[in-house]
Amino acid sequence: MSFSVFLRGVVVTAEKNIRIYYKKAPVIIFGILFPLFMFISFYIGRDIDISRFFPGFLAMTLFFTASSVGPLITPWEKQAGTYERLLSYPVTVSTIILGDVAAGMVFGAFITTLVLTAGLIFLAISVFNIFIMVISVILGCLCFASLGVLLASPSSKAPSNVMMLSSLVRFPLIFISGIFVPLQELGWTGLFLSYLSPLTYLVDIFNACLNGTAMLPLAVDILGLAFFTCIFLVAANLLHKRNLIKGL
Amino acid sequence: MTFNFNQGLTIAQIITFTVTAITSVPLFSSYLRGVDTINPIFTHHLPVWFGFAFILIAIIKISIRKKLILNQLGLKDAWGNLNGKNEPAIEVSNLTKSFGRIIAVNGMSFTVSKGEIFGFLGPNGAGKTTTIRMLTGILAPDKGSIKIDGINLAKDPIRAKMVIGVIPEAGNVYGDLTAKQNLALTGRYYGLSKGHIAKRTEEILTALGLYERGDDFVRTFSKGMKQRVSIACAIIHEPKILFLDEPTEGLDVQSRRLIVDTIQRMNKLGCTVFLTTHNIEEANRLCEKVCIINKGKIAAIDSPEKLKSTFEKTQTIEISFNQRIDKEALSNEVIFGVESMGDKLRLHTDNPDKAVKYLVALAQEHGVEIVSLVTCGPSLEEAFLRLTGGGE
Ligand SMILES: Nc1ncnc2c1ncn2[C@@H]1O[C@H](COP(=O)(O)OP(=O)(O)OP(=O)(O)O)[C@@H](O)[C@H]1O
Ligand SMILES: [Mg+2]
Repeated sequence: MSFSVFLRGVVVTAEKNIRIYYKKAPVIIFGILFPLFMFISFYIGRDIDISRFFPGFLAMTLFFTASSVGPLITPWEKQAGTYERLLSYPVTVSTIILGDVAAGMVFGAFITTLVLTAGLIFLAISVFNIFIMVISVILGCLCFASLGVLLASPSSKAPSNVMMLSSLVRFPLIFISGIFVPLQELGWTGLFLSYLSPLTYLVDIFNACLNGTAMLPLAVDILGLAFFTCIFLVAANLLHKRNLIKGL
Repeated sequence: MTFNFNQGLTIAQIITFTVTAITSVPLFSSYLRGVDTINPIFTHHLPVWFGFAFILIAIIKISIRKKLILNQLGLKDAWGNLNGKNEPAIEVSNLTKSFGRIIAVNGMSFTVSKGEIFGFLGPNGAGKTTTIRMLTGILAPDKGSIKIDGINLAKDPIRAKMVIGVIPEAGNVYGDLTAKQNLALTGRYYGLSKGHIAKRTEEILTALGLYERGDDFVRTFSKGMKQRVSIACAIIHEPKILFLDEPTEGLDVQSRRLIVDTIQRMNKLGCTVFLTTHNIEEANRLCEKVCIINKGKIAAIDSPEKLKSTFEKTQTIEISFNQRIDKEALSNEVIFGVESMGDKLRLHTDNPDKAVKYLVALAQEHGVEIVSLVTCGPSLEEAFLRLTGGGE
């Protein structure tokens, strides 16, 4: 009985988040406009084959969208004074975290699918392996939605502070993950840095699926993403519990 | 170590984490060595990945089943039911919580019987909110145990939380949802069906005078209306125990009345109520038992009448004259302590008879008129002030 209550809590929390937080400005700005501007500033006025960089761009979109919902929710709830009531429902902190992650995942998967579909229609791109593509989109969304929720953990009552912190963390990642410079062209230091970024593995899978030019074996990519997902989830769980009382 | 999903997915997460770490480290390092050659993708690594996923799923499945079997055998539930019949609604022992150096709640023990309205009084910062947060599973205590309807809150938080309804001190409802949506959201957390939610929503909103505004966003509501939505959310699932942290603070008479009525109606239906308030008169009227706390400790716990009678000696007289009278002039051997309250004076005495005779004589002597004169029995407020060290 308890497990189904737990699951129900996750689903209801996710639905609540979708209903309330998708419409908030920071989600639209950081999740949709931001990757779009990055894309435009990178491609406009340069003679680059878009299809070649499309996988990287797709991964970046997924990264930003999936991780944009999480940082907002808890600080917003604390500021609005709704967090305490939420905690009094038959849920635990883990339920809330997983509900927040699910909301980020759905957002990320939806926008990514849109962009991918647009790419398939307008560019000379095809998916080599649909199964792997689907798995990697889901795993990527899970990973970066968890990162987003982790970023919300030092939550005070100020959503703007958390959004700033999350930009500070997310920004550098897109430069070391083989999006703008392919992994194959990186030196040893660059390569080392890029292996520390979870985004690298997703870019690599997308490259494999869309361009057939992977750097790492698929198993490594998937394990890498799974590994980071676990770290993010466990850390988010710990930190959210520890900072629960802050700003309540 | 028992596997318990109510505590969250921590064990499952740790298993996932460990297995992933153990498998990925050797794989990873071996691949890093051959990193300058682009490996052929997919195919020959797929078995590794599937094997890993299979093991993981198997582990999680077995863990869940173990828990389900325990439930199926009904060991825990049967145990709970056996004991649950005559258990108190709330049973707290040695509850302690500190924030840094501040000990907010210090070794509190008390029980609340089923069907009781229990008032929790104390000055600002006494630890009322901290206690309620621990009782409702929002905050984990440092020490001590809590049983809600016979369920150990630390061991089985979700099951315990299913039987309670809460109005937290800073517990707003969602401004971005309508009143009805807020109620529906709450109902879904408790697993109510759509039809049931609709029925309850109509009932409750009508009773609280909010039915016409049901489809408006809560952010457009006044404070009192928001608080009414808040209590509506707290009772939609007909909880066995209702926790309210200052539910009537800052409300007008009508909203206050609606909320008090709701509390009494729920109580008639058998709901136990745990209530904190600063309004002592309200506690006096509503509660069968009050607990007065100070600096995180229980100062007294009893029925309001018994508490008052402890302080029988101190009674008060409220008097007003048509002219100002020097406070000093009023003191004599039976009147100790004079406070001015608006246009009235409040005198503390242990002998109302002598005091009144003295006051009448005094008025005659000074040639002033007595506009009003009331003698009051011992009050809960007086008891409260004495117990919390705020009185003279
Ligand atoms: N999050 C927190 N961090 C640090 N100290 C806290 C925190 N919450 C409460 N306290 C401290 O615990 C003590 C009890 O606070 P609590 O809020 O329980 O009082 P209260 O009885 O509800 O007061 P009030 O009548 O003002 O609502 C206070 O000294 C307060 O400073
Ligand atoms: Mg309080």
